[in-house]
Amino acid sequence: MSSEPDGPRKGSPGNDAAVATAEPTNSSDGARARPMDALFKNLTRSAGLGLLALIAAIAAFLVLEATDALSANTGNFLTTTEWFPNGSPPVFGVAALLFGTLLTAVIAMAIAVPVAVGIALFITVYAPRRFAAPLAFVVDLLAAVPSVIFGLWGLIVLVPRMEGVQKFLTDYFGWIPLFATDNSVVGRSIFVASVVLAIMILPIVAALSREVFLQVPIAHREAALALGATRWEMIRTAVLPYGRPGVISASMLGLGRAMGETIAVALVLPASFGISWQILSPAGNTIAANVANGFAEANSVGRGALIASGLVLFVVTMIVNMIARAIIARRREFSGAAA
Amino acid sequence: MSTSTAAMAAAPGGLHLVGRRLPRAVFPAIGAGAVAATVVLYVLAPITSRIQFVLIAGALYLIGQTVASIAVEGSRRATDRGVTTLVYLAFLLAVIPLVAVLASVISKGAQRVDVNFLTHSMRNIGARDAGGGIYHALIGTLEQIALASLLAVPFSLLVAIYLVEYGRGRISRTISFFVDVLTGLPSVIAGLFILAFYILALEQKPTGFAGALALTILMIPVVVRSAEEMLKLVPNDLREASYALGVSRWRTIVKVVLPTALPGIVTGVMLAVARVAGETAPLLLTIFGTDSINFNPFSGPQSALPLYIYSQAGQPQQVAIDRAWGAALTLIVLVMLLNAAARLIARLARVR
Repeated sequence: MSSEPDGPRKGSPGNDAAVATAEPTNSSDGARARPMDALFKNLTRSAGLGLLALIAAIAAFLVLEATDALSANTGNFLTTTEWFPNGSPPVFGVAALLFGTLLTAVIAMAIAVPVAVGIALFITVYAPRRFAAPLAFVVDLLAAVPSVIFGLWGLIVLVPRMEGVQKFLTDYFGWIPLFATDNSVVGRSIFVASVVLAIMILPIVAALSREVFLQVPIAHREAALALGATRWEMIRTAVLPYGRPGVISASMLGLGRAMGETIAVALVLPASFGISWQILSPAGNTIAANVANGFAEANSVGRGALIASGLVLFVVTMIVNMIARAIIARRREFSGAAA
Repeated sequence: MSTSTAAMAAAPGGLHLVGRRLPRAVFPAIGAGAVAATVVLYVLAPITSRIQFVLIAGALYLIGQTVASIAVEGSRRATDRGVTTLVYLAFLLAVIPLVAVLASVISKGAQRVDVNFLTHSMRNIGARDAGGGIYHALIGTLEQIALASLLAVPFSLLVAIYLVEYGRGRISRTISFFVDVLTGLPSVIAGLFILAFYILALEQKPTGFAGALALTILMIPVVVRSAEEMLKLVPNDLREASYALGVSRWRTIVKVVLPTALPGIVTGVMLAVARVAGETAPLLLTIFGTDSINFNPFSGPQSALPLYIYSQAGQPQQVAIDRAWGAALTLIVLVMLLNAAARLIARLARVR
């Protein structure tokens, strides 16, 4: 499969090796030594190291400012589902928030990934070549819309219109526990938040999948067609197996983005605490949305609690992103698709 | 499609190279039938949603087409047709929200945006008052993204230069990896970090500058990645020619490599600016928001367009929602202008 061993460096014609050999070797000659060279190199290197320090600082200061609140906490931070950090004594736990974060993100991914793969296939296989670039641009435009506008649109336009869809789902598919509801459907629910998130991660997953599908060797596709495969059989036997790792890692990146999305969820979801699988009920909250909703009335313990929950989000998204990067790294030929 | 119909035309009579095909006219007929059936369903059952209409009609079309195709053409081609329909539907599904979002923002925003709206703040505007504007938020956003660019661009450029021109071995791989980590950093975490570091630990007041710091963190990975790609595209011949003339390495980078890559880098910076201009969560935690005009990003709370939209959208009054739409239109125009400028620069400067 690795028809291009030097795939990721395609854009740079042998950059590394050539620069290394072309490096002016005048450091031995004292008279022609160039102090500015060393200075500039050290300047760029310290910028690079500064970036590492920044990441370390993010982790360190989140931990530092969270410890006071965590020690004042009378509940178990990881298993408590309540969130009363401003009370006395403060009781708060991240369990319900983490559950809501994962549930909305996973549902969003379940909605977005099939559609995104469809878009990527449409642009790479089905659409006439002339239209491929403009169509890809249209999908990219979705990515340029700020998240707060998706939130506004979701709250004002989508929520009322999704009420019917949700009633339909709970009336006819209520026997599936996920679609059951104890109270009436009013529109603002985990499900609608997931739909908004799905729309927001769609362009990312679609763009990365498209890049991967474009790298499928034409010979593979033509061979499948020459053997009498229909277009779908060609996609199934040539395009999808080749693109699978790329699509998986693109989905993971989308998952990470969905978990960290704040404002759209904060606007659409009614803030509530508790673990419920009923995605159509007006309930649910996520870590990020809770930060946005709870910040205004938070006292010093409350702020610390929000920072502690942010630390959990930081760790979870970092793990998800690392898995995605690891999948890309294992198949080096896809790293050109990494955004 | 076209090749197989040609083959059919070439083999008239007995020889069937491609098997029996459904005539083209069948598909619009199935489509019309599906829409008609959905309309009947809407009349009979109490369903009102337009989203559902599209979904039900699409599903009915898919079923009808598959049945017809299996009957005439066999299951393989039926599957192929089914997948083709699904792929087209998927694309339609992606375009619907884009069009819907843009249409709502433009139609509802245009009713509210006028000169008064753009040049007045929210000072002394009560919750139920219809007046007010976004001048203070617009100033805040422009100052914050300018400050963020001022901080992020030189730093990111140095990192990119290190990664492309100097970086070898483990340090550079580690830095490159953590640029990816930063790319996936949720924006709210950047806000929480500045809250923890700048406002809580250093005991500073929330200002526009604090917001700019949070935006800087979000800009850095985007600018580093795009600048890295652009620096890699600079042909090595240019570097070698410069070395051959006795130019030192750092002057080669500053005078030859950077100017060659400059248009691409500018494009990347503009796209990064467009991205952070719409960020809300980090600003919510760092600039605090205000209803008054504050030109000074270094003292006192500021407002910003995304934050303005968020706070107005959260209020129950229709006048506040209208202001949110007006601000949304302004923000989207700003972001799209930045995007368009980025693409224009990329296109105009495309040499080679």
